[in-house]
Amino acid sequence: MSGAVLDDEIVAAPAVAEGEGLLNWVASVDHKKIGLMYLISGFVFFAIGGFEALLMRLQLAWPRLNVLAPDTYNQLFTMHGTTMIFLVATPWLVGIATYLVPLMIGARDMASPRLNALSFWIHAFGGVMMYFSFIAGGAPNVGWFAYAPLSLRSFSPLAGVDYWAFGLLAIGIGTLAAGINFIVTIVTLRAPGMTMRRVPLFVWMMFIDAWLILLAMPVLNASLVLLLVDRYMDANIFNAAAGGSAVLWQHYFWAFGHPEVYILVLPAFGIISEVIPVFSGKPIFGYEFVAGSTLVIGFLSFAVWAHHMFAVGLGHAFDLAFAAGTMLIAVPTGVKIFSWTATMFGGCIRFTTAMLFAVGFLVMFTIGGLSGVTFAVVPIDWQMTDSYYVVAHLHYVMFGGTLFAIFAGFYYWYPKFTGRMLSEKWGRVHFWLTVVGFNGTFLVQHLLGMMGMPRRVYTYPDLPWWGSLNFISTAGAFTLGASVLLFLWIVLSSRRTGMPAGNNPWGGWTLEWATTSPPPAENFDLVPPIRGRRPLWDLTHPDRTDAIMSARAK
Amino acid sequence: MPGLDTFNPASPEAQAIARLFGRTLVVMAAIFVFVAALITIAIVRYRARPGAPEPAQDFGSLRLEIAWTIGPVVIVILLFGLTVHAMRTADPPKTDGAPDLRVVGHQWWWEVNYLQSGVVTANEIHIPAGRQLLVELHSADVIHDFWVPRLARKIDVIPGRANRVWLRAGEPGVYQGACAEFCGNQHAWMRFIVVAHRPPEFAAWQAMMLHVPAVPTSGIAARGAQIFRDQACINCHTIVGTPGNQRIGPDLTHLATRRIIAGGAAENSPGNLGRWLADPNSIKPASHMPNFQFDESEVAALVAYLETLK
Repeated sequence: MSGAVLDDEIVAAPAVAEGEGLLNWVASVDHKKIGLMYLISGFVFFAIGGFEALLMRLQLAWPRLNVLAPDTYNQLFTMHGTTMIFLVATPWLVGIATYLVPLMIGARDMASPRLNALSFWIHAFGGVMMYFSFIAGGAPNVGWFAYAPLSLRSFSPLAGVDYWAFGLLAIGIGTLAAGINFIVTIVTLRAPGMTMRRVPLFVWMMFIDAWLILLAMPVLNASLVLLLVDRYMDANIFNAAAGGSAVLWQHYFWAFGHPEVYILVLPAFGIISEVIPVFSGKPIFGYEFVAGSTLVIGFLSFAVWAHHMFAVGLGHAFDLAFAAGTMLIAVPTGVKIFSWTATMFGGCIRFTTAMLFAVGFLVMFTIGGLSGVTFAVVPIDWQMTDSYYVVAHLHYVMFGGTLFAIFAGFYYWYPKFTGRMLSEKWGRVHFWLTVVGFNGTFLVQHLLGMMGMPRRVYTYPDLPWWGSLNFISTAGAFTLGASVLLFLWIVLSSRRTGMPAGNNPWGGWTLEWATTSPPPAENFDLVPPIRGRRPLWDLTHPDRTDAIMSARAK
Repeated sequence: MPGLDTFNPASPEAQAIARLFGRTLVVMAAIFVFVAALITIAIVRYRARPGAPEPAQDFGSLRLEIAWTIGPVVIVILLFGLTVHAMRTADPPKTDGAPDLRVVGHQWWWEVNYLQSGVVTANEIHIPAGRQLLVELHSADVIHDFWVPRLARKIDVIPGRANRVWLRAGEPGVYQGACAEFCGNQHAWMRFIVVAHRPPEFAAWQAMMLHVPAVPTSGIAARGAQIFRDQACINCHTIVGTPGNQRIGPDLTHLATRRIIAGGAAENSPGNLGRWLADPNSIKPASHMPNFQFDESEVAALVAYLETLK
């Protein structure tokens, strides 16, 4: 299925000389360079977003502190949320996928290399625009979901919300283009023999993810335009005082916002589905169920948005309809947790840093998933929504889930990206520091929520336990900050001093390990024959290929 | 654990939520222990050991996969049943009749109107213990959220939409409340309290609230009353018995009886009132109370006057 179309793209692409010059990166349409640029921009924003979080935790370390002015605090939590979702998790996942999807399917590049470059640069531009707001009169301060009418001009007259909306528009367009590119790439550029039943699960996850992007991002972009129309032309769409509806914005935003959560978690599932089998020495347990359950998650993710709105008071029947969908989505998620665990059973588990993070993901994401189910039990949501219990929950999903998986992916693929290994010794320290810091920060926040502490408060009264629990959370956050610094140091120092990786340091089975590390511009001299899901296993076990063994198993 | 409000309910409604939450957490904890145990067994038992043979390559088991699909479906159906069962108790159907209370969320304080008696107050809601009151919620500006964890479900306060919720407390006591939906700069200090009294004490409170405080005619307090009338105070605040009848800021008629000021940012004491009048930003930055540049004697006079309002 690859072939002519791809060759034309490569020939037509602007010829960029080999080398390390800045222009080589800026002008590149090579999916590997673009992938790395996504990752680097993610690193920069991760440092910024993390710094914002530490400032907030400092302000919350004790009741009634005055480290930050309230408005500064409100800007920080808005930017922290927006940054981590759109400028860290998104570019890291899209970056890993941009680098790996063509390699995993045996292609030379993405289907549209120029569109790929455009996606990245629009995305980066959106991020820069959003941060420009700090020097242009104040960052947005209305929270990452910018509820109307607070986000309308009558209550937020400054330009922060405009930068937020325009920045997100750019990011939305960039991400949407990336999504389209992934779909076309996966449909048209798979190497001969690589049927959809044989693509690595990471590619399956990205394929479904790209569809979610395609269906959800336009909802965000349209909503942002409506918000801007309200702000600039007084259309009063969301202004109840003039006949509009404040609740409408919530529907629009969450109709995008909940699929977005899955957009940020499906690629993480993909990473875990690659890392756990390789380090267990066994194929994934139940490939079809893992892929199929993701499809179910994809569909259901569009039918659950109003579980963010149970406190709006839309009626019990309405709440229950969305509760049902939300509870159901736990089923395909549970299927995956069991499949990954079963993959480890009977295996021969090598505890590399990547595997440690993958196992950490399993445990942390299970906690986040289970606390998520409690929100589907509607009366619990009536009590706990908009409290620190939600803050804890969403960080167990986004950090304990997505970010742990991304760390696993970094340790796993960094050798492929750079030709050098990340330090396994310091990697372990990084892992344990992250586990301690992460749980120290967020575990106690469940209790704070149950004690009645609302989210998004810049300070709080000195009620029993509030001070001490918040202090523990702050101490955990600074531990986490130290772990992030350690990680940045590991990544930067390994670039020069890491052990040479060779083509396939982990004994991986998917096609990216069949080429050099880093791969040449054209990716492959020769793509190995693809007769199953694990072409490199088949190559090294000619008498026990997957085809032979699965036939035997039946 | 003291302060764990969610699990220390003081009304049948909050009780229903607490019971449901407790049960759900038990189910969740059981699932977590099960999954964590499986993971632990896997990583302990199947850890790579030197010289171990290559593991058997198995690709899955349809029977197991169907089992761990159906298992969660059963649990989810159970949870859904519990949810439906608890909803009516946790949030009883509201009646269409006139509500007992109308609570209005403002950036960043709560206006409380007793519709039968006509009593108006701010940031604290007095109720007779044991009686179920229907509260209608309005917003004067942006979306807020009315949350008293020990007494009732959370309910958004949305402009252009009158939500209703039942409020009651089984026992007399003081219950913490807060705005739970981010509503701008001072969202943190949009707190309130619910004070539940024994019925006779509630009646006494209501009688006190209906009593019009006399305007002082002599001494420093009289000068305070003068300032209240002549300066900008009456443009926003009501004090019954004076020309001040505006509803932009909190009704001050019985201010001296209140426990908190500025949405909970400070206790109500003469010292705090003085700081508040001299420089509202020192207590609650960006609050809509302007700084009128009162000098010390004006502040003292105003505080003396406000302390008579009971």
